[in-house]
Amino acid sequence: MNTNIAVKDKPRKNALVMFIHKMGSPPWFYDFTGKLIPWIWLIFGVLTSWGLYLGLVKAPADYLQGESFRIMYIHVPSAWMSMLIYTSMAVMGFIALVWRVRMMEILAMSSAPVGAAFTLVALVTGSLWGRPTWGTYWVWDARLTSELVLLFLYLGVMGLYSAIDEPRKAARAACLLALVGAVNLPIIHYSVKWWNTLHQGSSISLTGGSNIDPSMLWPLLIMAIAVKFYYAANLLTRARVRLLEQDLRKGWVQNLVRERSK
Amino acid sequence: MTPTRKRRLIALLLILAGVGVASTVAFYSLQENMLYFQSPSDLSMQPIPPGRQFRLGGLVKPGTVTRAQDGLATRFVVTDGPKDVTVEYVGILPDLFREGQGVIARGALDGSGLFAASEVLAKHDENYMPPEVADALEKSGHVSPTADGG
Repeated sequence: MNTNIAVKDKPRKNALVMFIHKMGSPPWFYDFTGKLIPWIWLIFGVLTSWGLYLGLVKAPADYLQGESFRIMYIHVPSAWMSMLIYTSMAVMGFIALVWRVRMMEILAMSSAPVGAAFTLVALVTGSLWGRPTWGTYWVWDARLTSELVLLFLYLGVMGLYSAIDEPRKAARAACLLALVGAVNLPIIHYSVKWWNTLHQGSSISLTGGSNIDPSMLWPLLIMAIAVKFYYAANLLTRARVRLLEQDLRKGWVQNLVRERSK
Repeated sequence: MTPTRKRRLIALLLILAGVGVASTVAFYSLQENMLYFQSPSDLSMQPIPPGRQFRLGGLVKPGTVTRAQDGLATRFVVTDGPKDVTVEYVGILPDLFREGQGVIARGALDGSGLFAASEVLAKHDENYMPPEVADALEKSGHVSPTADGG
């Protein structure tokens, strides 16, 4: 399909469009991401060690919570990622459903386990923080409950995908579930505004001022960027494996194996 | 865009719109039940009969915390500004419990309007700052940062 578009359109496309078309081609994707992934891991490693050093060593203790607030350097980025990855999975699922791009199906399905992991980390770290701060590990308030529903949605998408044998049919069914489940995203985000919850409101907002002292904010922002590189590296690695599995009998994989075994 | 893709696009958008509308309606009707706690003002507008369990949320009114001479009983006033409710609790309070702090107490009213709590949780607000900044804020006449959260 990609070649069709390339032929039909004027041969001179802008670089970004060309790049997107190329990424849809399995051998090209496999080759390109293979070179890219080590660099993403490297950036992730540097940012994480820097962010964690600033957060766990340099940042001052909180006036009220003392040292236990430092868990937010893991909790908040994970919670953000749990929602961001779901959004990206739903958008990729949407493209996969309308345009039937196989690469998008693979990327959407490879996002689910990463997102589920981040959701679990957010829930567990939040619970560990809740015990000393609130006095309880868990309450059924709107924020905590909707985040738990998000975990189940991820697990549902993964389960549905693996329950159907034919990978493309499976991906389509799971993408639809992912898309419908996206209703939960605004609920999670606004839960602390719409309802009385035990969970506090957002400390950081894109539009207004933040309620975190700058000395505590920087490590958080660095960690938030670092986890995005983790997602990218993990997602691409998973997508490569899935691509190999699906194309086991295709020419390009056979060539690859022949080249490697030389 | 080919007709098939257009058809798929429209079908998907319709599904999404349907799910969106359905969940909006559902959540509007659930609004009441989704409230994790009632504030003293909610309580005065819609009284809850004595003996029925619910959660009461608000700030601990400064200067109202009294501890029993013997035992773990604590009495304090929970306020949201216009209305107050007196709470009695026997047990260990969370570390963050202090005057001006947001709390959520679970329990029931007794006949005299006293709220007997079986559990008290501290509600943390969204402010994070080092102790020096908190001190400076307090000295400069700002309300204690814990008092305005909620």
